[in-house]
Amino acid sequence: MSAVLQADGLGKRYRRRWALTDCTLRIPSGRVVGLVGPNGAGKSTLLNLAVGLLTPTRGRIDVLDAPPALGPAELARVGFMAQETPTYSGLSVADHLRMGARLNPGWDRKLAEDRIAQLGLDPAQRAGKLSAGQRAQLALTVAVAKRPELLILDEPVASLDPLARRQFLQGLMEVVAEQGVTVVLSSHLIADLERVCDHLIVLIASRVRLAGDVDQLLATHHLLTGPRRDPERLQAGQQVVSASHTDRQSTLLVRTDEPILDPAWTVEPVGLEDLVLAYMSPEPTGRGGLTGVPR
Amino acid sequence: MIEFHLDTRSGVSPYRQIVDQVRRALRLGLLNEGDQLPTIKEVVGQLAINPNTVLKAYKELEHTGLVAPRPGVGTFVTATLRDGSLAAHGPLRRELVRWLAKARRAGLDEESIEALFRDAFRAGAEQDIA
Amino acid sequence: MIWLAWRQFRAQAAVVFGALAVLAIVLIVTGLRLRHWYDTDGLANCTTGDACDALTSWFTGRYSWLQTLLSNVLILFLPGLTGVFWGAPLIARELESGTYRLAWTQSVTRTRWLAGKIAVVGTASVAASALLTWMVSWWYTPFDKIAHNKFDPTIFSERDLAPIGYAAFGFALGLIAGLLIRRTLPAMATTLVGYIAARIIVVYWIRPHFQAPLHITALLQQPGAGSARAAKAPAVGQIPQGSWIVSTKLTDPSGHSVGAIRIPLGSPCMATNSCVAGYHQTLTYQPASRYWPFQWYELTLFTGVALILIGFCFWWINGHSLRPASGGAAHASRPDATLPSQQAPAPVQ
Repeated sequence: MSAVLQADGLGKRYRRRWALTDCTLRIPSGRVVGLVGPNGAGKSTLLNLAVGLLTPTRGRIDVLDAPPALGPAELARVGFMAQETPTYSGLSVADHLRMGARLNPGWDRKLAEDRIAQLGLDPAQRAGKLSAGQRAQLALTVAVAKRPELLILDEPVASLDPLARRQFLQGLMEVVAEQGVTVVLSSHLIADLERVCDHLIVLIASRVRLAGDVDQLLATHHLLTGPRRDPERLQAGQQVVSASHTDRQSTLLVRTDEPILDPAWTVEPVGLEDLVLAYMSPEPTGRGGLTGVPR
Repeated sequence: MIEFHLDTRSGVSPYRQIVDQVRRALRLGLLNEGDQLPTIKEVVGQLAINPNTVLKAYKELEHTGLVAPRPGVGTFVTATLRDGSLAAHGPLRRELVRWLAKARRAGLDEESIEALFRDAFRAGAEQDIA
Repeated sequence: MIWLAWRQFRAQAAVVFGALAVLAIVLIVTGLRLRHWYDTDGLANCTTGDACDALTSWFTGRYSWLQTLLSNVLILFLPGLTGVFWGAPLIARELESGTYRLAWTQSVTRTRWLAGKIAVVGTASVAASALLTWMVSWWYTPFDKIAHNKFDPTIFSERDLAPIGYAAFGFALGLIAGLLIRRTLPAMATTLVGYIAARIIVVYWIRPHFQAPLHITALLQQPGAGSARAAKAPAVGQIPQGSWIVSTKLTDPSGHSVGAIRIPLGSPCMATNSCVAGYHQTLTYQPASRYWPFQWYELTLFTGVALILIGFCFWWINGHSLRPASGGAAHASRPDATLPSQQAPAPVQ
């Protein structure tokens, strides 16, 4: 399976602060990938590096087997929607399409016009007068009508109301169904991503904490509840992600490939949101935590 | 054409829900042989879920022999889960409604009715196996 | 890319070139009248005499409102203003508003993007100043023939070729200011300041030395005895008409340079008409014949610097990741001291 994005030890520093540290990733193609993490975690930095708007301080990143934005051919294969959806407020919707047609040799004019019509946008309307949801849809249209192989969206639904958010995701999924494009979208809301993503990357404080297919992640993480127990005394092969204790009871979120055999535990599946939140919370008391070294 | 809906809080995975909804529709006669299932694009355009999920559901239905894809056209129903029992659905349903009214008159609340039903259902199933 | 650059620019272009068209009509009408008066009233042949002086002063006062508009407003400001209003926002606005992230992720390289913008807006800036310069130079021809002062610093900067170079320079300065400062208003302010500074430096310190200036020294002559008129400086009369006097120097009989000659009233020298005896005046000047070479030097200097600045812009825009001044990651950053610094192994397929 080929990788659409490969990062090795990628790091980016602004003056004193490291926005991204030691990021090693391999994103497979044909997925809808969710990039999730709190504000300031480095999601935007990673995506901007992927489209060549930033250059790495350390390490390297390859997109579709080439450095990002190497030339017009590479630029044509990646579609991008930046944070806060920049559009030319003085230009009309139709002007944006004309711009897309002139700046992209692979522009599919019919696709763009059909999409605009289906969305009910007035081609003569200036982009500055559109609502946030409409601007997001316009930006998405410009990004997809050039028929890219990879679509990168930086917090596309962050400032949209729930209806606009749903409509955007509907449109995006239609595009995926039709064109088979790989999508990487970032959000700090997991609920947004849960519906549409089948691959997840969790970025916290400029580092990758978790990455993998959603099915696999859900299958290998379990919520264990049982009598108060020191996490050290778990069976080998289990990695405790987070733990909380009362005086009587222990609740652990563990990651393991093997079945849980200890009968003292009640084993339950974990929802995606709870899973990500567990990785986001500070290191638990007791052994292990996020060091990730199974015993 | 059948329309799917998604219950995000049910704990059942989306692909499973789609499979179940197709099977239910087949059983109730809402889908017949030769009917076309919605295209993947239509489904994701309505539900905003990953197309692979729908693909997985359709593949499983195909695997169990209920549907078959026709390349370039869509996915069509090839078998039915309906048995001759559909005719019996009407009277059975009426009887069930009458029984429910009786149970309520006897003072059972919803939770008790459900518990009673499940208990009897399980007992009956065990009897069948045994 | 040309289409996009033009589409973004067309409103501003319409305003300026429309105004230039209106101005052209005004200048053609009035300029033809001026030439008519010049030809029919014999001003060309008139050199000395009171009648001549009266005619000359009448003529030079024609259309004084238009003269003020052209010399003190339009041709003075336009080359700099196109740099400030067209050059500086050209990149700065895209960086500031974030639209560069839309433009640079289409299928054109940054080089082509920048080249398209420069082709449209840079050309328009230079063209606007060129048109204005030629219109003004044509219109002022009769006045310049009378006054012989085209080489004077301020007038030199408003004729023939020099303003075209200024426009190119102003544009390039605005471009680089916008690129490096990344915010529109500070870039515009910086461009304005830089442009004015550059122009002043060139006029006072560089232009006089395009070619080594010539010198001429002559004795001062006292005017008629008893009169309080200023001493005539015959040196001035010896240099070609229309030359540019860069500086003057007075030397006393012993050879020291002085600022001014002070003669107390009632000094004995006034009777013998020898107060300024022994004083020399030295003129440093550029002869009038060098006017056109100097215009070319000035044009080449400013245009050359403009091209260097533009070249730098192309180099800069490709090599550097441009996080805009307003902040690429627009959220407050969380201190990462609270989370462990080790990285969990990420199982990727």
